[in-house]
Amino acid sequence: MKKESISKNIIEISELNKWYGDFHALKNINLNVKEGEIIVVCGPSGSGKSTLIRCVNFLEKFQEGSILVDGTELTDDAQKIRKIRSEVSMVFQHFNLFPHLSIIDNLTLAPIWVHNETKAESREKALKLLDRVGIKDQAEKYPNQLSGGQQQRVAIARSLCTSPKIMLFDEPTSALDPEMISEVLDVMIELANEGITMICVTHEMGFARKVANRIIFMDDGQIVEENDPENFFTNAESDRLQLFLNQILTH
Amino acid sequence: MPINELQATRNPPKSQIGALLWIKENLFSTWMNGALTALSLYLLYISVPPLLNWLLISANFNFGTVNIFGFSLQFGEEMATNSNCGRNAACWPFIYEKFDMFIYGFYPREELWRPNTVFALTALLFVAVRLTNNLKHKNRILVGLLISYPVVSYILLLGGFGILPTVETYKLGGLMLTLIIAAVGIIISFPIGILLALGRQSELSTVRFFSVMYIEFIRAVPLITILFMASNVLPLFFDAGVTMDKLVRALIAITLFQAAYMAEVVRGGLQAIPKGQYEAADAIGLSYYQKNILIVLPQALKISIPNIVGSSISLFKDTTLVLIIGLMDFLAVVTGAAADKEWLGRHLEGYVFVAMVLWVMLYTMSRYSKKLELRFNTENKN
Repeated sequence: MKKESISKNIIEISELNKWYGDFHALKNINLNVKEGEIIVVCGPSGSGKSTLIRCVNFLEKFQEGSILVDGTELTDDAQKIRKIRSEVSMVFQHFNLFPHLSIIDNLTLAPIWVHNETKAESREKALKLLDRVGIKDQAEKYPNQLSGGQQQRVAIARSLCTSPKIMLFDEPTSALDPEMISEVLDVMIELANEGITMICVTHEMGFARKVANRIIFMDDGQIVEENDPENFFTNAESDRLQLFLNQILTH
Repeated sequence: MPINELQATRNPPKSQIGALLWIKENLFSTWMNGALTALSLYLLYISVPPLLNWLLISANFNFGTVNIFGFSLQFGEEMATNSNCGRNAACWPFIYEKFDMFIYGFYPREELWRPNTVFALTALLFVAVRLTNNLKHKNRILVGLLISYPVVSYILLLGGFGILPTVETYKLGGLMLTLIIAAVGIIISFPIGILLALGRQSELSTVRFFSVMYIEFIRAVPLITILFMASNVLPLFFDAGVTMDKLVRALIAITLFQAAYMAEVVRGGLQAIPKGQYEAADAIGLSYYQKNILIVLPQALKISIPNIVGSSISLFKDTTLVLIIGLMDFLAVVTGAAADKEWLGRHLEGYVFVAMVLWVMLYTMSRYSKKLELRFNTENKN
């Protein structure tokens, strides 16, 4: 299931620092992600984990350090950013589907407008993806007619539409009712097994244990600890991680 | 503990429904409410009967012989004149006699088929918009119609280009002029307003600065001032020989004025769009223009429909101010019509007629906006 890859780094983050006004949100982050690697980022709220992955597709600007995505360095250059965004997809906590467009139009928007695909081919691909996430029959509905779990699966299908190399998940199950979490996690697990590079911010430790190659624990804007799943849960080195694990695993 | 059986649904108790109960609950629920009801009834009693008397009961409807689509209808022996109408009630033959003036101003009487054709085309356009809904090349047809409509209307109304005899703009008047000014003002100000609203939210500080400056300047000045400036100051910018049409100047003033208000209305809609929508649009790689045109504006404009219509209605009413720069709009022709020595002093009938027509049009507009809201409401469609 988990494969030890010896492939190249697809994301290289070095010396990354970010401030919101005076607040030092990310402190000296260094992180390399290999192609096909599944990384889970966890930590208490406000620890900077969402900010970190939002830097990777430049939804957040940073002041110091550098991020290389598939060899391209992130700068203010609009062309480069669009190129990177077509390779890096993101799934949001609140789905952020476009409520004025039907499900199928949500999916085909980027292929048609960003990748210049024809309506017919993008539609065919979109239907395949909807089939894969199990909601092909809802294609003509509007987002607000679906349940939260279905909306998040649509959001995942939408982010797959552009055939990205990297998927970023920003707490994809946090806004869902408990009974809908597993349907979304199942889709994510399936994706993980297909070898796409993933960085997931999530507190679903069962998911992390099952598919992650590495788990990263962040606190106070820094990476405190990173380890493979077995050692992460059993051999926490820092007190902060131990405390965090105690808090979330006792339930 | 026993398991409860499923309960059948029942109608509410009799005491909860019925007209008497409604009256009791809504009109006489408290002592204060009862007093207000009584006061309202009294005010209606002293105002409605005299009003109806003036408008209808004692009013003069002697139009003489009226031809409608080939049918001759007889209203009274012959048309009443100003003197045998009486002063205590409405004299509607005045409106009938001056009807062409109310609608067309001083437009040459032998050319009235031209504005009539424009009216008919306008009605057809609305029908066409509904009918093309299911056609294949819907958007192309609509764009074609929307581009050709103003061109055709312009040629019909003002002539020129060797096709039709020219009609000078000062001959346009009445309801027709009011509609032209309102329509041009509302339609042209709309895209300008959208650009200003986007400019106000732009990340480029110069664009933002000029948008804010423009919007705040215009909104802080009454329309009347802008009309005066357009009619008196604008010509100073041109060479002595160049004269700019009075109507064009009024149209520019009204459009610039309305654009600032439209910008604020659209900005309200833009601010209601959650940040997540912008982020999702960015994340899938849309450019700035794609993001706004495909994602943000469709949602923002939809939210803004009630306010866009509200603002358009108030512009429609404000167009009556053009009378101060000497344009004979719907309201201004009342003075003209009542200055006719045959019908001296019949202002009141004129103003009542204008008020009724405007009310019908504006109320229709506001109902139409309600329908639009429902039609575009995909978010909560179930």
